[in-house]
Amino acid sequence: MSELLSAYLPVVIFIALAGVIGLALLVAPFLIAIKRPDPEKVSAYECGFEAFDDARMKFDVRFYLVAILFIIFDLEVAFLFPWAASFREVGWFGFWSMMVFLGILTIGFVYEWRKGALEWD
Amino acid sequence: MNEFLHALDYLLGLSFFGWGTEIGFVWKALLLLVALLIFIAFVLLADRKIWAAVQMRRGPNVVGAFGLLQSFADLLKFVFKEPVVPAGADKVVFLLAPLLTVTLSLAAWAIIPLDFGWALADINVGILYILAISSLGVYGIIMGGWASNSKYPFLSALRSAAQMVSYEVSIGFVIITVLLCVGSLNLSDIVLAQNGGGLATMLGMPALTFLNWYWLPLLPMFVIFFISALAETNRPPFDLVEAESELVAGFMVEYGSTPYMMFMLGEYVAIITMSAMMTILFLGGWASPLDFAPFTWVPGSIWFIFKVCAAFFMFSIVKAFVPRYRYDQLMRLGWKVFLPISLAAVVVVALVLQLTGWGWTPGVA
Repeated sequence: MSELLSAYLPVVIFIALAGVIGLALLVAPFLIAIKRPDPEKVSAYECGFEAFDDARMKFDVRFYLVAILFIIFDLEVAFLFPWAASFREVGWFGFWSMMVFLGILTIGFVYEWRKGALEWD
Repeated sequence: MNEFLHALDYLLGLSFFGWGTEIGFVWKALLLLVALLIFIAFVLLADRKIWAAVQMRRGPNVVGAFGLLQSFADLLKFVFKEPVVPAGADKVVFLLAPLLTVTLSLAAWAIIPLDFGWALADINVGILYILAISSLGVYGIIMGGWASNSKYPFLSALRSAAQMVSYEVSIGFVIITVLLCVGSLNLSDIVLAQNGGGLATMLGMPALTFLNWYWLPLLPMFVIFFISALAETNRPPFDLVEAESELVAGFMVEYGSTPYMMFMLGEYVAIITMSAMMTILFLGGWASPLDFAPFTWVPGSIWFIFKVCAAFFMFSIVKAFVPRYRYDQLMRLGWKVFLPISLAAVVVVALVLQLTGWGWTPGVA
């Protein structure tokens, strides 16, 4: 196994063990608790009356918009990580390159703000 | 065969019982997990006690002395409760959601350094790993809300996804400002960088190490990180996901028994992870706040746990006395206040570092 991969081995083991503990907790009540399901108990909860509609309903398009904005900005952060880590080496050239990139994104951000994409009312 | 035995020894530390001294990763990981879960049990109790104290109540005080065993009693109660799976639910996803929440929230602890060299895995991209793991946390909530096939969980899952995603961005920018000062993604390096000179050294008082830590030069970032961490972990005043008064209990409405408990557990582990992140990024990690006699005797891991507890106390006290935000206010704060400020801060910090040449180089301190 290469040096790089073996550094991640403890992480994999840790996640696997965490999963096992989680699974044990999840399975435990199914094994030991008393189960008496009835139609009322297993029906969807809706404030004292029968559910009259499908729960998978239409929802506001803004949630979709927020998801798209997130992808743009999170990608930006992902680009910033290696830049920040090597900041001392890349000098003024690296600094200004990133400023141009951030500038373009800021223009996009101002545009979507003016368009009202960030309004919730 | 020999290689297989060697690998097995590496993982399980079998030679520990015979001739070697290497304790395998499996045991270390198991020890860390168990210690973490016990710590969480007491943190949960502390949260309830602090909340009760603010409201002039006594909090849980029946099980064990001062109610110290309350969390363990709760665990037993949850295990003996009937697990209800709604008829209309997507059963596999419904049960997978709490498992995913717990596993992912625990996963972050594989790389957190409790003391110098005390991380289970001291990987180079530490902070990126934590950011990635904490963004995956939203899947548990989305899956739970969707699979329940009920209206409240569905609405709550949408809200929660948008909320966590919005504050993720400003957390990312805040982390970038710290990374600019450090020049490394390794969590141990971040702590070492804070203790290798800084404001205290510049002022000629190197004994006051707490002035070296990044909370002071990056104070606005520290505040933004703390508030974003509250939103990211769905803590009050940003608990719109649960919002008892409008969404009953949010995405957890249909859950009971241990699946419900696992969501709660995941939430508290995430809070402690965020406290640990605050400790590492801004509060000097395992270092003692004052660099002289009685303080330096205390081991680093004790300082680390102490700082995590202090950060958690802030989380807890905010829950006790800040009223809940409205959803549009929450989104405005995230996108229109924190995002521009933290974006500007990245530029300012980069400019200052480039002009002055301040910062830390690995291996020098």
